[in-house]
Amino acid sequence: MKVTGRAFIYGDDIDTDVIIPGRYLVLQDPAELAKHAMEGIDPDYPEKARGGAIIVAGRNFGCGSSREEAPVALKHANTRCVIAESFARIFYRNAINVALPILEASARNLVGEGDLLEVDIVNGIIEDRTKGVVVRAKPLPPLALEIINAGGLTSYIRRRLGLG
Amino acid sequence: MARASGEKEVEPGQIIEARVDRAMMHDLTGPRVIDSFREIGVEKVWDPDRIVIIFDHDVPPSTIKAAELQRKVRSFAREQGIRNFYDVGRGGICHVVMLERGYVKPGELIVGADSHTVTYGALGAFATGVGATDMAAVLAMGSIWLRVPESIRFEISGRLPKLVSAKDLILHIIGMIGAGGATYKAIVFAGEAIQSLGIDGRATICNMSVEAGAKAGIVEPDEKTISYVRERAAEPFNPVKSDEGAEFSETYEVDASGLEPLVALPPRVDDVKPASELSGVEIDQGFIGTCTNGRLDDLRAAAQILKGRRVKEGVRLIVIPGSQEVYRRALEEGLLRIFVEAGAIIGAPGCGPCIGISRGVLADGETCISSANRNFVGRMGSSKAKIYLASPATVAASAIVGRIVDPREVVG
Repeated sequence: MKVTGRAFIYGDDIDTDVIIPGRYLVLQDPAELAKHAMEGIDPDYPEKARGGAIIVAGRNFGCGSSREEAPVALKHANTRCVIAESFARIFYRNAINVALPILEASARNLVGEGDLLEVDIVNGIIEDRTKGVVVRAKPLPPLALEIINAGGLTSYIRRRLGLG
Repeated sequence: MARASGEKEVEPGQIIEARVDRAMMHDLTGPRVIDSFREIGVEKVWDPDRIVIIFDHDVPPSTIKAAELQRKVRSFAREQGIRNFYDVGRGGICHVVMLERGYVKPGELIVGADSHTVTYGALGAFATGVGATDMAAVLAMGSIWLRVPESIRFEISGRLPKLVSAKDLILHIIGMIGAGGATYKAIVFAGEAIQSLGIDGRATICNMSVEAGAKAGIVEPDEKTISYVRERAAEPFNPVKSDEGAEFSETYEVDASGLEPLVALPPRVDDVKPASELSGVEIDQGFIGTCTNGRLDDLRAAAQILKGRRVKEGVRLIVIPGSQEVYRRALEEGLLRIFVEAGAIIGAPGCGPCIGISRGVLADGETCISSANRNFVGRMGSSKAKIYLASPATVAASAIVGRIVDPREVVG
């Protein structure tokens, strides 16, 4: 499973309130949420991400609330993968549950803003095609990969319960 | 966790499938939980009596959309026979109601579709927040996969000085270890200062453990816990303590008697300074309430400062009791009268402006000092507003003076 996109680089402690501000949570439609992805820190993100984006960030990405709308908004704003040095635990689970690939790696000082990245999710290999640099990520736990491969937790559970 | 997963022992790092004792959701996360539950395609929830639904994030609803979403959750509760349902005017903030109505018992595993579910560690439960789809899976199966966390222990010796509260202690702790300092881990709070706190203060501390990234924040149950739970819970319970010789990944010691009133500066919860060093910061609004500091002891602390004093001209002070029960008791004790006479406005029990949805949001360039737990950019409205976090006493004192102040300067 490989994804490609342009790198957009952010710092440490990117919280869920800047990923999707609370006032938009009544918007249930993923496409509507996507219009406000990263609005608190980078209002141009949905436009920049149009052709496919890979977020590269520092420590504790997605800290704050339990809102699943955070990974949903990113995913539907054409974010193909989020790479961070570490993730806040609820965001980590939520991203996997909505099948937004995420990887833990220290990549923000190795890749450049706007670089073309190709990411091998299963093997945790991040290739910066612009610079010709390869960064290794911590592999995802097998259960997380299974859930992402199934297309998210609801499909995974449907299968497990024999519902299709 | 061993009990919940049916194992004799579990080790940090191990992934377990755990049975859930109680599941909680509210008006804001509920609709997405229901959508995911429908997507899974199971007809009935695993056990309606183990599910609690509490409306608090936008109560009473302020928009047509919010009213519609609440109607959706209300009819789901009826359809599924979920009797532990707290509609507008019946409950209050979910994390206040869960404790005061006896839904939390020591040694239980509780999940909530809200990050501040960690609050229930105040009664010795292992409680953690999850997203909507995780919660939908719990509703369908009654279980969840969890990674057994490492634990950090905070040993808090001494007693908190006068007008220094549980809030100041947890701000100090988060300042020490940082906003990601406990990511994936559980924090155990122990020591004389913790034992001397009531359940309300312990709730404040556990509530903010998620601000350091913790999966759970836990106070070992003691006599206070047991008598609190006995007064409220119908069923028996089995308290759990740290194992004899338990290993902690880190241990920290703090002397509570050396602490002073503290403030977290925007936009970082771990950028903590003494209130006395921030006296140049003028404020437009003060806010006392939330799942961190909307309990009776918090309102008492604020009333003690505000009694016989007035909120400064040009400053708005919003006070929101954490639940209907807190509201009633604040009424009986005369606290609400003190707030009204001081020029504060009293809001309906719920989250209020903390999440930037209902009344009390901030305009561009405004500054608020709040007893809440988060000061992220845009949290309370405009992304150009600033939020300082402090104790109810510090918020009350600052509202009187019109700038951030150490409450000990107001009541000597």
